[in-house]
Amino acid sequence: MSKLIETIQSALAKQRAKRKKESRREAKPEQKKTNWRLVGEIMAGYRRYLVMASVSVILATAFAYAVPYVTSFTLDYVIQGIDSTTPAFLLPLLTRLGGREYFVQNLYVCGICLFVFTGMNCLFTYLRRQNVALASEGVAKGLRDRLYRHLEDVPYDYHKHASTGDLVQRCTSDVDTVRRFIQVQLMEIVRTVVMFTFAAAVMFTVNVKMTLISMAFLPLLTVSSFIYFRYVRRYFTASDEAEGALSTMLQENLTGMRVVRAFGQQKSEIEKFTSLNRAYRSKTLRLIRLLALYWGLSDSVGYLQIALSLCMGVIAVYHGTFTLGNVALFTTYVAMLTWPVRQLGRILADMGKAAVSLGRLDEILSAPVESEPGKKLEPDMEGDIVFDNVCFGYDRYNDVLDGVSFTAQSGQTVAILGATGSGKTSLVQLLQRLYLRTAGRLTIGGVDVNDIEHGPLRRNIGIVLQEPFLYSRTILENIRICDPCASDEDVYRAARTASVHDVIESFEQGYDTIVGERGVTLSGGQQQRVAIARTLMQKAPILIFDDSMSAVDSETDAAIRKSLLSLRRGGITFLISHRITTLREADKILVLEDGRVTQQGTHEQLIRQDGLYRRIAEIQDAVS
Amino acid sequence: MYMPEEQDFAAKKIDWSVWKRLYQYALTHRRLFVTVIVALVFVAAFDIAYPLFTSYAIDHFVVPKTIDGLLPFALLYALMILMQGAGVITFIRNAGDLEMSIAYDIRQDAFTRLQELSFSFYDRTAVGYIMARMVSDTSRLSEMIAWSLVDVLWSLLFALGCIATMFVLSWKLALISLVVLPPLIFVSIKLQKLMLKYQREARKQNSRITGAFNEGIMGAVTTKTLVREQQNADEFGGLTGKLKRASIKSALISASFFPIIMSLGAIGTGLALTFGGAGVLSPETAFVGAVTAGTLVAFITYCTQLFDPIQQLANILAEMLGSQASAERVITLMDTNPDVVDTPETLKKYGGIMQPKPENWEPITGRVTFDHVTFQYKNGERVLSDFSLDVAAGQTIALVGETGAGKSTIVNLLCRFYEPSEGRILIDGTDYRERTQLWLQSSLGYVLQTPHLFSGTIKDNIRFGKPDATDEEVRLAARLVHAEPFILAQEKGYDTEIGESGARLSTGQKQLLSFARVVLKDPRIFVLDEATSSIDTETEQLIQNAITHILKDRTSFIVAHRLSTIRTADRILVIRGGEIRESGTHEELLAIKGYYYDLYTQQFCEDRTAASLGGQDKEDA
Repeated sequence: MSKLIETIQSALAKQRAKRKKESRREAKPEQKKTNWRLVGEIMAGYRRYLVMASVSVILATAFAYAVPYVTSFTLDYVIQGIDSTTPAFLLPLLTRLGGREYFVQNLYVCGICLFVFTGMNCLFTYLRRQNVALASEGVAKGLRDRLYRHLEDVPYDYHKHASTGDLVQRCTSDVDTVRRFIQVQLMEIVRTVVMFTFAAAVMFTVNVKMTLISMAFLPLLTVSSFIYFRYVRRYFTASDEAEGALSTMLQENLTGMRVVRAFGQQKSEIEKFTSLNRAYRSKTLRLIRLLALYWGLSDSVGYLQIALSLCMGVIAVYHGTFTLGNVALFTTYVAMLTWPVRQLGRILADMGKAAVSLGRLDEILSAPVESEPGKKLEPDMEGDIVFDNVCFGYDRYNDVLDGVSFTAQSGQTVAILGATGSGKTSLVQLLQRLYLRTAGRLTIGGVDVNDIEHGPLRRNIGIVLQEPFLYSRTILENIRICDPCASDEDVYRAARTASVHDVIESFEQGYDTIVGERGVTLSGGQQQRVAIARTLMQKAPILIFDDSMSAVDSETDAAIRKSLLSLRRGGITFLISHRITTLREADKILVLEDGRVTQQGTHEQLIRQDGLYRRIAEIQDAVS
Repeated sequence: MYMPEEQDFAAKKIDWSVWKRLYQYALTHRRLFVTVIVALVFVAAFDIAYPLFTSYAIDHFVVPKTIDGLLPFALLYALMILMQGAGVITFIRNAGDLEMSIAYDIRQDAFTRLQELSFSFYDRTAVGYIMARMVSDTSRLSEMIAWSLVDVLWSLLFALGCIATMFVLSWKLALISLVVLPPLIFVSIKLQKLMLKYQREARKQNSRITGAFNEGIMGAVTTKTLVREQQNADEFGGLTGKLKRASIKSALISASFFPIIMSLGAIGTGLALTFGGAGVLSPETAFVGAVTAGTLVAFITYCTQLFDPIQQLANILAEMLGSQASAERVITLMDTNPDVVDTPETLKKYGGIMQPKPENWEPITGRVTFDHVTFQYKNGERVLSDFSLDVAAGQTIALVGETGAGKSTIVNLLCRFYEPSEGRILIDGTDYRERTQLWLQSSLGYVLQTPHLFSGTIKDNIRFGKPDATDEEVRLAARLVHAEPFILAQEKGYDTEIGESGARLSTGQKQLLSFARVVLKDPRIFVLDEATSSIDTETEQLIQNAITHILKDRTSFIVAHRLSTIRTADRILVIRGGEIRESGTHEELLAIKGYYYDLYTQQFCEDRTAASLGGQDKEDA
């Protein structure tokens, strides 16, 4: 009974929560085939636990079924002196103990047996759950770790197109669905089968006809529970959708509160909310009514089964083919069986979900990862960088870079000017092999970048993005993230070079201020400068500033560049900027228009040519 | 963006006053409440009666080996089963109904409260937080309230009924078998609390994992460029290891719960069998006296069933502890009072938000006066001090200045989203506190920096401020702001569904729709918070035209970013540190070569550079 309430509650609450998450996702075609390869992989190493759990299930069930047998034995053998219902193999043993007399004198032995058997049942139940927990949590950890690492190893392009929310959702709730499947459903199925087999085996040896009568309704219960749980799914969906509509409206109302107020529409908003709130209530009520009907009816059927077996048992006893102990045993066994059977349909219906989740995880895990080059050359990273007719496009039809050629000599600073979409960012990203060029040749120190391993290549190229990402930890840890052993003094020096030391010191917790999602939000300019300090700590020969001082005022920009240059020796620096004051100091300036280098040279050269560079310079000159 | 779920605060004690308040909601649905109780009494009574039926059958049919009277017995038994089934259906239906009704009421009350709360509340409360209170907390609480009623009632009835029946059948045997009851209760409660603690720990670790996944995915590119894949994966492995340990610990505690309780219960069953069995065998000498076989079986059944309700009751206590924080948060939300309130007198004359009396509203011509206005936030942060400004009806005022200078505060005060801490704001010479908020706001037009649209059709959105507008009026408004061409280009024209917050439209198009919305409302006072981000040149031009149209014949306040808008203003105010630093027309301000001059030239330069570079967004897909 209390199990019943619990089940209804959890059916309502958990499924609702889960569906809600699922429905937020875009509808994707469900994978029909369960990926057994993945199942095998994630289970590897945990089969032992599952085997132990299964053994525990069998032992626990054996003891669980032995408990009513003790009662039945006491009633028949001890109290009534009938030994026809006691298994033959036990009789010699019982006789040696002193037969019925012994038990009559020492009835407590039966009581102790009852306690011990229950205790053993409990012990093995515990062992089952322990092993299942070890297996399912282990599998979940394995899956999480694999997913995390895999998402780090997929190419840059993958992340550009994937939605973070969707990926996080998969990595958390789908993993959880798989975990729950192993922890709850898998074992519940095993348990139901074992219980059924045990009960049937014992009952059949006692009385075939009575067994058939006592199990008459069970197939009906199983089938109807399966049908019911499939049928009720759409009502769950309807209720979830109604809740979704309500949340959406609420969210819109809250985010648009200013509009609502400024237009004086509170009344109509309340009316809208009321009707959605009402719809949600009535849709959920319909679901609850169905649940009530099912649980009420199946409850009755279960009890009717017990009543039937009791009454037929009485008749059988009357005819002398059954005993008091048998009646007690059969009614107890039937009562023990009806519950798991009623649940079975739900478990089977839920199994489909685990398969869908597994399919979604497989989709992530089967995305190809970045490939390492065949050759593993280690060039002089301070050497010249040569772009020779380099082409690149995200797809076949649109070229982002269309035959870019230039040479950056060791020690030079190369500045790039170009509009959004002209290919500046792609150009520097090719250097780090975040993308693979589609044609041409790109060498560092004479070695093709495609022949350098990712690790050495990227470690030697420091890049600062326009909207840098800081990890959710302290500023100190962020700056020395590439060199965790660096001294605080080194970190301060880098921060001073990036003109951010004083800013950090002005925070209440200084360098120990936590930034990012769980901490303080830094302004765009502060983030950029912390990222610059972080990149400086990398001590890479090649540095790339991808418009990474756009949110910093021009004076600070100049100060940073000055202290940067004073530190630089060897290696090439790339600067992407719109500011002529920044660009003019470079040894070489590239003007990029629609994926082509239209002008290159020094400031003095370019200012004399008619072109984009001069136009921009004139505009900015006129003002400053 | 994905928001990691909030962690529950750990409540140590149950605060009954909070629950009492929430149970008031259950009491308002008396019919449901009473039906649930009645149905439960029946169900519990039947649950208690079942072992008695078996017991009767054993004593009257099995032991004497007769089937006389079996048919009426079977029929009665079947009838009871069916009644019990009906009882179960009734209580589930009604308890479910109660749950949904409580949730409905709480949401309804909270939503109404949200419509009244002032912006000082919204400034300090994230939308995500409110959503969590309104959606998950209310569900959780209503579920708690309705079903805990069922649980507590059934458990108590069933437990007490079992115990009572046992005493009636044989009080000595009952005393012996129930020896285990006190430790059973004690252990149940202890274990439940322990379980709750470990579950919390596991949940906490779980939300960390979610956060870590989020960070790992958002920062994937940075991780690549910094070649930190291995370190990150190692750190993540540490986190998942912690989660694994916490989850296993939590699973082990809950795995041990049931066996411990059951074993304790088995002691009682064993005692019943030993002493009861003796009572059947030798009624004369047995300690408990004569016991029938049927009674013995019934006792064994009762003993094995009894730990169920006890476990259930312990569970409820734990659940209440677990939901305590939710309950407090919901109550706090409902107890929050708005700062800006209409006085009872004005409400009486002009009507509140639900029953406005527009027939009593004085028409607004549009003169706006700030009379020595000072504004400071509750935390004491002063944004405006002694600010005075007089704007004649129909004038356009441009507000420029840096972020945090106080421009938005001026606008918010004007809209009466906030009220002055000192001084007065006069509309047509009358302090606006002598009128209702709705009076002012129904004559107000407001376009936000990031346009906000509601789901529904384009038509619905345009007539948001004037729900009774005809289709013709809607079309006219759209035409006036040059939004009609793109609307007609949509699949279903004006009846196109916008999608959640206008996901399918470009920012520029959303702007135009929000202008059309204002035009249709035809407000006397217009407030525009211009967008900082640029949109494509073509739409930009359309927006400029729309703005020009709207500014005509109404008092307008513009938090301006676009030079073209600023230049045409009647008066430009440079706001710095909550004060007017420069004031005048475009030409006047350029002449004094102050802040405005710098701002203008810098922006001019940026605009021109951007224009020269041209290019389209191919890269930032």
